[in-house]
Amino acid sequence: MTTISRKARITSRIPETIMFLFALISIVITVGIAVILIRESYLFFNDPAVNLWGFLTGKEWQPMIDKFGFLPLLNATLTTSVIAMSLGIPVGLSVAIYLSEYATDRTRAILKPVLEVLAGIPTIVYGYFALTFMTPLLRSLFGDGVVEIYNTASAGLVIGILVLPMIATMAEDAIGAVPKELRLAAYALGGTKLETTFKVVIPAALSGLSATFLLALSRAIGETMVVALAAGAGPNLTANPFDAAETITGYIVRISGGDVSYNSVDYNSIFALGLVLFVITFTLNLISRKISNRFHQEYE
Amino acid sequence: MNSAALSNQEPKMVSMDMGQYRKRVLQLADVNIYYGAFHAVKDASLEIYEKQVTAFIGPSGCGKSTVLRSINRMNDMIPGATMHGSVFFHGENLYGLQVDPVLVRRRIGMVFQKPNPFPKSIYENIAWGARINGFTGNYDQLVEQSLKDAALWDEVKDKLKQNALRLSGGQQQRLCIARAIAVSPEVILMDEPASALDPIATGRIEELILELKKDYSIVIVTHNMGQASRVSDYTAFFMVDDHRTGYLQEYAPTEQLFLNPTHKKTEEYISGKFG
Amino acid sequence: MADTSAFGAVTEIQRFMDARKRLGLFWQVLFVFATVLAVLFLILLLGSILDSVFGYAVILNEVDPSTLIAGRDKLEDFSREELISVATERLSAGILRRVDYEEPLVERSDRDLRSLIEQYVIKPRALRTWGFAESMIHRDTVVSFMEENNGSYIVFKNWLTPEFIVADQSSDPLKAGIRTALLGSLWIILITLLFAFPIGVGAAIYLQEYARDNRLNRILQLNIFNLSAVPSIIYGLLGLAVFVRAMEPITSGSLFSNVIDNTANGRTILSGGLTLGLLVLPIIIINTQEALKAVPDSLRMSSYGIGATKWQTIWHQVLPVSIDRILTGTILALSRALGETAPLVVIGASTFISVDPAGIFSKFTTLPIQIYQWSARPQGAYRNIAAAAIVALLILLLVMNSVAIYTRDKIARKKRLEA
Repeated sequence: MTTISRKARITSRIPETIMFLFALISIVITVGIAVILIRESYLFFNDPAVNLWGFLTGKEWQPMIDKFGFLPLLNATLTTSVIAMSLGIPVGLSVAIYLSEYATDRTRAILKPVLEVLAGIPTIVYGYFALTFMTPLLRSLFGDGVVEIYNTASAGLVIGILVLPMIATMAEDAIGAVPKELRLAAYALGGTKLETTFKVVIPAALSGLSATFLLALSRAIGETMVVALAAGAGPNLTANPFDAAETITGYIVRISGGDVSYNSVDYNSIFALGLVLFVITFTLNLISRKISNRFHQEYE
Repeated sequence: MNSAALSNQEPKMVSMDMGQYRKRVLQLADVNIYYGAFHAVKDASLEIYEKQVTAFIGPSGCGKSTVLRSINRMNDMIPGATMHGSVFFHGENLYGLQVDPVLVRRRIGMVFQKPNPFPKSIYENIAWGARINGFTGNYDQLVEQSLKDAALWDEVKDKLKQNALRLSGGQQQRLCIARAIAVSPEVILMDEPASALDPIATGRIEELILELKKDYSIVIVTHNMGQASRVSDYTAFFMVDDHRTGYLQEYAPTEQLFLNPTHKKTEEYISGKFG
Repeated sequence: MADTSAFGAVTEIQRFMDARKRLGLFWQVLFVFATVLAVLFLILLLGSILDSVFGYAVILNEVDPSTLIAGRDKLEDFSREELISVATERLSAGILRRVDYEEPLVERSDRDLRSLIEQYVIKPRALRTWGFAESMIHRDTVVSFMEENNGSYIVFKNWLTPEFIVADQSSDPLKAGIRTALLGSLWIILITLLFAFPIGVGAAIYLQEYARDNRLNRILQLNIFNLSAVPSIIYGLLGLAVFVRAMEPITSGSLFSNVIDNTANGRTILSGGLTLGLLVLPIIIINTQEALKAVPDSLRMSSYGIGATKWQTIWHQVLPVSIDRILTGTILALSRALGETAPLVVIGASTFISVDPAGIFSKFTTLPIQIYQWSARPQGAYRNIAAAAIVALLILLLVMNSVAIYTRDKIARKKRLEA
């Protein structure tokens, strides 16, 4: 008999349906995030003390005097992230080039575990490191009077160390994806290793590398515990990285960690800021993914 | 890459009488190549003549590509590859201790089996090799001349800034040839340059080779005997022994090798008894 | 043929070559330097933490133990009757009543009595602490500090002791321990596992085995990737609004008449576990998909070939072959969850709880949060116990990762034997 009974047909569909529903949960989560953030932000902007323009352009964040300008928070976030990238990208890319073009198998066998360990350390440990090692180091290098106890430079540098393994690993993958034939062609024309690496391999891997850097930037922007411990506990619009300043994530964690009643403007504010954070990181991730897909299509 | 060459002087070998006297540009003397412990090529000795086309033919695994790569020191790139013997280029041993392989590769160029243009513009592909080698002349002229010499100019002269990867397979290979000749080599090594192309593109490459030999000495590895007989002046037939080590079985002017082979194995290979 | 002379005379070529070589060497040194820097960072990171786990401390007792009973210098010398009599005399009335109510003094162990006297009578206070390196190099500073403070004494402390692990929270760094935090972490990871593993593996099976390449499924795939890159604090906000607030009757247990703590209000282990579950879900899905992708298609084809259904093929052929990688990836995802701080702070981990979690509807704190709280306090000794807690966390993670790798190897070996 080769025909399937109706019962069998239905029961064979059950696992598929259940798992499809499980997969749909991922959409539910994304929608949930969007809905919640938007809804609470709406409540935030609806509050008489708050207006959108003031939020986006205001230079002061002082809820007690009804000032809700998020520029100080954004500025601190960008400062720490830029400092982090200034450390993470050059060092991470160099490590990737070394691993991919110069390292022997033995060196690679030591280095890859080192990177994995660095990547697996929880961020709170990096936060402790920033506060207890990096800040004193900066203070002894530049002077107690110049560097405050909480400052964005210290947090930024440690975030740079934090994203370093991620950049190194992903950049190495991108460089490795460049076909060997391109390198051979360059050598056959009389190119040195350096010329081949810089002028043929890296440009060929550029979109993969860009995707990596965008993803790392997104990670740095979303980083919370390092800035919560080391950057500062109050919004402060300053260009000096040695000053204390609170980032978007630091603010969210400070307010939600304290006593906050559900319908206050403070409660809603953390969601509004969360929405900003989400939009920024989501956009970066999306662009990164698109570039990365295009890169893989080129070489596969 | 280790070089066990002991002498920097040409051996006092009597050159085989090839009928007409031709200037030697390359000489391989007792070349033995190992990949780790595996003996890939044994005792290869032959001469390449100036502005002639020499073909390496033989069954797969006989080491012809390995010998080709030893000429421009591309085997250096393979970890574990060791070289014993010498390769003389105008009398100078390319494996001598003072010799810089990077400089060798400018003077002995290579075209690969699968076309591998850089993911840059057509113009940049040609200009790059010249630039890193310190070319001080006019780049536009160089690009145009190289493309003309590679019989590609007419097809791409209006789109030099276009990405090279958008060309067809045959065009890409001619671009790789143009790229190679842009750095003014004396010798061009070609590793099965047409095997990845369709018959029409193959035909154009073969025509191009016959044109190029007016200015360059060419060594071409091919598994297509028809191609070898059409294109080359001299043919080297490589075989593989019971231990899978490759060796040079017979080397003669092409006409002589194909019509009147000396060794039985050569004759068997040419008549297709094995492949 | 192009003009060869444009490539320069032989001597020029040589000089040019040297310049190229020098440049190559310069950059190679730079790359090696960067690599060394990366290794250095790891050493500094771990080193500075370990440094704070051991070191000298200068302690000041409020009441000197040698003044308690004539002729006795240390608590360890006291006899049992002496311990009980000192405790009865010296403990304040209120404390004595409470302590006796919990367990009568006469029934307590000697060790317990000593600890009581220490806590309520002697009251040692750490005036200042030093890290290991400083203790070794600047011992004289330590000694002079002790001499400046009358009655204080030097002790070489190891902050990571078994007592540290089982002690509960305390505002005194000399006494504080990580037990409550550790239990909280373990409970939450359990909930995370129960929630995220089935859903994650199920979703991955759907995406990898059932889904056709259409628009909806491509969106699903992209969405999962994006979720895995969302900052963890956003998951905290989500958990706060949904689990803690909107689903409060469920997460606080009141729906099941099972409220453990009336002040929890949804800030319970259940909420924490579900939130982290959402966080690790994309990771588990992606990892499981990779594991399923690695199963060769020929296995599926031969199963279909004998008439098995898709589900039978998955359950009996594909999953057993890929289960080792799936488990390894899940354990690694859980170890990531173990180290997460921000989402749980946002949800509302408790800042001070004295009782161990009694169930999923309890208030909670976790090890990373404990570390956060201690790190944030400027007083010296907190730094040491924060470091000790970090080492405990890292060891826990190390154990988890080793279990993951061991599981994978063991199952892989078993597969090879059976093959």
